[in-house]
Amino acid sequence: MSVSPAVDVLSPLSEDEVRRLRADFPILQTEVNGHPLVYLDSGATSQRPFAVLDAEREFASTMNSAVHRGAHTLAAEATELFEDARATVARFVGADDDEIVWTSNATEAINLVAYSLSNASTGRGGAAAERLRLREGDEIVTTEMEHHANLIPWQELAARTGATLRVIPLDDRGALRLDEAAQPITQRTKLVAVTHVSNVLGVINPVEQIIALARAAGALVLLDACQSAPHLPLDVRSLDVDFAVLSGHKMLGPTGIGALYGRRELLEAMPPFLTGGSMITTVTTTQAEYLPPPQRFEAGTQRVSQAIALAAAIDYLTAVGMPRIAAHEAAFGQRLVDGLDAIAGVHVLGAGIDLPRVGLASFDIEGIHSHDVGQFLDDRGIAVRVGHHCAQPLHRRLGITSSTRASTYLYTTEAEVDAVIDGVAAAIDFFGVRA
Amino acid sequence: MSSGDLQNLYQELILDHSRTPHGFGLRDEIAAQSHQVNPTCGDEVTLQVHRAADGTVEAIAWEGHGCAISQASASLLAELAEGLTVPELEVRIDAFREAMRSRGKIEPDEELLGDAAALGGVSRYVARVKCAMLAWVAAEDALRKSA
Repeated sequence: MSVSPAVDVLSPLSEDEVRRLRADFPILQTEVNGHPLVYLDSGATSQRPFAVLDAEREFASTMNSAVHRGAHTLAAEATELFEDARATVARFVGADDDEIVWTSNATEAINLVAYSLSNASTGRGGAAAERLRLREGDEIVTTEMEHHANLIPWQELAARTGATLRVIPLDDRGALRLDEAAQPITQRTKLVAVTHVSNVLGVINPVEQIIALARAAGALVLLDACQSAPHLPLDVRSLDVDFAVLSGHKMLGPTGIGALYGRRELLEAMPPFLTGGSMITTVTTTQAEYLPPPQRFEAGTQRVSQAIALAAAIDYLTAVGMPRIAAHEAAFGQRLVDGLDAIAGVHVLGAGIDLPRVGLASFDIEGIHSHDVGQFLDDRGIAVRVGHHCAQPLHRRLGITSSTRASTYLYTTEAEVDAVIDGVAAAIDFFGVRA
Repeated sequence: MSSGDLQNLYQELILDHSRTPHGFGLRDEIAAQSHQVNPTCGDEVTLQVHRAADGTVEAIAWEGHGCAISQASASLLAELAEGLTVPELEVRIDAFREAMRSRGKIEPDEELLGDAAALGGVSRYVARVKCAMLAWVAAEDALRKSA
């Protein structure tokens, strides 16, 4: 990888820089259906540079062994690398090393918090977990724009504890309604779970405002950073959130690895979710004592090579520079919105929302279903996401059942953004629009 | 320009059926009915099998929303089913499923399936087979319920 030194840290990536970055991603050199791949589905899963592929292979080839057990050299080396990877994630989000818990993915990270609170609510965790208990009369607040992963775990937690789930509604444009009349955060709110960046609208939510409301109510805050951590500088301390979750495969890393940030004093008070090996101190046939966090939440064999590869991905992103990636994304996000919304019959979801955005836009075409749009674009080698993007309530609020989504990343070129805009116009010609 | 594969998938016959579907609109009278959802895209269909006094299929009526493939497929099924006996319709549903799941290896039998054979191109697109099958699964389910 080579990025020009001495460029403005806030300037978007130049075409030359993007071209050089692309050489690091073998899949971007491939063809699909006889066309060079135009990969505009990084919001679903991003592609991996050689540095990430090599890190996983290198680990498996030279030091594969179990971590946190065994006295042999390989086990010691593996453990060191595994813990270094944790430190890399911690630095990336502005946390301390012991505040990062490895999970399989962001979904598991959210479920970890939900089930730990659930277990606390049944009395597990003793007096330390008292403030984590939910009971009838307590409220959990999430939003109408969440990915199902940040909605269903809270529906289930509410059902198990007797708490009530409330939802910050959306206005007609799709923006969160934070006006006093609409937003449901009150003194009864125990937890607010909100996404930093919508995986459908691409807008960067005014989470500072939501966090301030939650703080004033004495509620905990969980931030879904799946769509922000890959694209923006992220600092959990300056944001003042209690939990944040991220997903490795959306940020150049492998699948099967995600992370939970938890504020230290909360993780220390939380009872475990998954239990078993590697998370205990003393075990008898009737009970067990648990390790402090993060190990308390890491039962069983860990995803060592994936964690190490995720650290390589973060090193890659950091070397390019997150502020520059954010600038690149902002420019392309706007180009997508402007280009698509200008086509007659195309409606970009959330186009009217006056908020900064990442390089992601979802759109609906009058009379043409998203599956057909996706099929047409695929024929040109253009990969986009179609369907409800795991956000049915958001789509329902906007009066549609599915949409087509194009999402960019640091390796996306302007020509690719324009290719999808041209492709959508051609799809309308191909299918004709229903009268 | 779009490729021949795409033209084959979206034949004019299919696009026509998706734009002006046959059998669209549920009826008030009681009939065997099934509601099917494709969870990957949220597409859905509600389908009724109306039977004549002699037990044959008088009409398939349906409502739903989805892609051109799913809408055309429901329309083609409705057109095909009229006047068939239940065993005849079941044979056609099985034949259609077999062709759809064949990954392009089995051409649908035009004598058996009529215009619905035009959907044969779908079977090479694994992600779209469910779109084409949605209405047919609904019909099968409705028949099973009324058996």
